[in-house]
Amino acid sequence: MATETIAGVSVERNEEGFLVNPDDWTEEIAKEIAKELDINELTDLHWKVINFMRESFAEKGQIPTIRGIKNSGGVPTKDLYSLFPNGPAKKAAMIAGLGKPQGCI
Amino acid sequence: MSENGSTEKIKKVSIIISKGSLEGVYPGLIMANGARMEGIEANIFFTFFGMEAIMKKRMAKIKVATVGNPAMHMPSLVGMLPGMSAFATKMMSKEMDKLDIPPVPEFVEMIHDAGAKLWACRATVDMFHLTIDDFCEQVEDVINVGKFYEISGGGEIIFT
Repeated sequence: MATETIAGVSVERNEEGFLVNPDDWTEEIAKEIAKELDINELTDLHWKVINFMRESFAEKGQIPTIRGIKNSGGVPTKDLYSLFPNGPAKKAAMIAGLGKPQGCI
Repeated sequence: MSENGSTEKIKKVSIIISKGSLEGVYPGLIMANGARMEGIEANIFFTFFGMEAIMKKRMAKIKVATVGNPAMHMPSLVGMLPGMSAFATKMMSKEMDKLDIPPVPEFVEMIHDAGAKLWACRATVDMFHLTIDDFCEQVEDVINVGKFYEISGGGEIIFT
């Protein structure tokens, strides 16, 4: 656990880089974390995923799965993998300021 | 990066699915999907009764085996009653859906869209007189064991 300043905000992040408190999150923080993950620009489709994940988390208290992002969020799995290459669920959750997904799916 | 494991990351896996029951099919599918979720290259090789999971006419009808499975805690004589396997399958599918584990056809599509490659076993195809048309569109090709090893080069092989 470490405290650091991202986009002018002081936030706590765990060893893997996930925000400890989802309420610390801002859109500017999302852009900075995305850059750390080699996603240099967040497109409208990225935001569609991020916003869906945050809304779903706020509503259900659970990070949505890839299937949830497909069926309820309306983002096909293929697109999700090209938006967030090499580990879409984890990367999208990190950029959305949520914790690490714990499920197997 | 990992707390308990080695720092050496698995980069590639080949998963063989050889059984056609629900409990025979899902572990391999979950492992293949999980591999893609971690950015690991994944190939799935369907052989013998495992091929039911990629056959157009069969993939939506995969059932739990209720006979000869001590972990079901059901006497085989009860397990063989008509409808018992369908009932157990329904119960299990309901629980899996709660965890967002998709039905087989949707899962196969998701795994394919995630970038995993699906292959059917040549020997089984010949033995059961099947053709590529018997398989869902996500299947790349029918390949022999030699080709399987070629595709699996540099990765881990998991038999289920």
